[in-house]
Amino acid sequence: MFVQFLLSGLTVGATYALSALGFTLIYSACNVINFAQGEFIMLGGMLTVFFVHSGLPLAIAAILAVIAPVAVGILVERLAIEPARGAGTVNLIIITIGASLVIRGVVQIWLGKGAHVLAPFSGSEPIAIAGATLLPQSLWVLGVAAIMVAALWLFFRHTVVGKAILATSYNALAAQLVGISTRWVLRISFGISAAMGAVAGILLTPITLTSYDVGIMLGLKGFVAAVVGGLGSGLGAVAGGLFVGLVEALAAGYISSAYKDAVPFVLILIFLFFFPRGLFGAKVTDRV
Amino acid sequence: MKPHNIGLLVLAGILAALPLALPNSFYYDIVIRMAINAVVALGLNLLIGFAGQISLGHAGFFGIGAYATAILTTHFGWHPLQALLAGAIAAAALAALLARPIFRLRGHYLAMATLGLGILIAMVLKNEAAYTGGPDGMAVAPMSLFGLQIDGEKQWYWFFSANLLLSIWACRNLIDSPFGRAIRALHGCEVAAQVAGVDVARYKAIIFVFSAFFASVMGSLSAHYVGFVTPNVADFFYSIELVTMVVVGGMASIFGPVVGAALLTALPQALATLEGWETVAFGLILIFFMVFLPSGLVPTIATRFGRRG
Repeated sequence: MFVQFLLSGLTVGATYALSALGFTLIYSACNVINFAQGEFIMLGGMLTVFFVHSGLPLAIAAILAVIAPVAVGILVERLAIEPARGAGTVNLIIITIGASLVIRGVVQIWLGKGAHVLAPFSGSEPIAIAGATLLPQSLWVLGVAAIMVAALWLFFRHTVVGKAILATSYNALAAQLVGISTRWVLRISFGISAAMGAVAGILLTPITLTSYDVGIMLGLKGFVAAVVGGLGSGLGAVAGGLFVGLVEALAAGYISSAYKDAVPFVLILIFLFFFPRGLFGAKVTDRV
Repeated sequence: MKPHNIGLLVLAGILAALPLALPNSFYYDIVIRMAINAVVALGLNLLIGFAGQISLGHAGFFGIGAYATAILTTHFGWHPLQALLAGAIAAAALAALLARPIFRLRGHYLAMATLGLGILIAMVLKNEAAYTGGPDGMAVAPMSLFGLQIDGEKQWYWFFSANLLLSIWACRNLIDSPFGRAIRALHGCEVAAQVAGVDVARYKAIIFVFSAFFASVMGSLSAHYVGFVTPNVADFFYSIELVTMVVVGGMASIFGPVVGAALLTALPQALATLEGWETVAFGLILIFFMVFLPSGLVPTIATRFGRRG
């Protein structure tokens, strides 16, 4: 049983990791916790279902279901975050919550309130591993998540745009002084973050169903994963995501499945109380 | 006369005259809900607006009060006042227990911790169906005080109006007291406040406990008024609505949360005619307010007319 829980935990955890990376990216770039992150996960899943039902092949449907949320993400930044430069924490939180309501509301009107299914990408013939079974979809989740993480790492290490984003997150003013357009950095950050969320949503939908309101819980869990990993650390976000997924699966298996969704929130309280910097967070001292 | 006393008198006048203008019990109900939300938002504003500490889980405390009343009066036959007090003490005790570790955190971390706390409370209410009735909720007996039963929208209207005026008066006095000056000082600069002799951790804890107590009492009262509770009363979304009331109305202003509560309670009713678009409209209005009136309605208007709110 343990191996079974381990596998399902890692699978779900991989999607949390992608979502957590999105949170971390936006937080590093502009110190905003994007409460609309969960809606990108929802958009990825819902749009894939929509495009597949309108007769497009899965691959094209999935690509469109990433492009559209990226456009939405950039729009959110341009229309809601950018005009409110310099606003306080509470105001920014409310702005992103407003954006998430708009996205959720539009999808609810357009695609309805019902739950939707998406067929697994390559069949549902379970694979036996060490006495446990693994669905092919789990391999898709883990594989694509790993590729996304690697791609993001390469992007930050080896591209000018990636380095510009890193520079802005270290010190926005200094980045501006060396000629980086921090406005574009913010827009690109929102775009990438939306793409990470959308991919997580597409991968997860064949396992868990999707509907217009799945974004709230998935987004919050991604947020928990980001904080557990230490906000602002990419490695931490991945580790945090896998960790939250694992603990959730183990708790659901051994303690109580009714309280499965409570696990991330117990974790966050424990972490904030005892390890406030998370698993990999930087040490910060206050300046007076 | 001081400006805030004029404000209180004006509000009392409005509340006294309003029954002449309210055509039926539907409108009474909306005004009563406004008053309930206004009192919770007042308490939350002490924390957010004056002490500068955010809480995204305040609906949790409201839910503790509502369910303490529902469960203790229904399953255990307690008197409504005993149940109300027990709930408020439980909420305050929980807040006191968590205050120290929570308030070592700041900004987003604090938001996250209080959010987690609120969601956990809502989950417990939803899952412990044997006592709470699960997601379907449970009925609550009407309230009687000293042998008199409060019944019907009109009686509740006067009850909650008095409750609102009293709360505003109490908050005003608290803010003007040495305690109020201390929490405003720690909002301005924690280190400076500490140097001036304010025990920062203790004052943050007290104001957190106080606002949790406030929320729980209002949870109990509103449970009696509605006659029914569901886990939605402790929902994350309600926590957000409460914070929004404070911010839209105006942080660190006494009448801000009252205006914000009136506006945000009426808004969904006004938007209900939009047939499905209400969520979208609500979201757009939130963004609009935060972008164009970041310091809130009341302070913005007060500055325009050259006075402090």
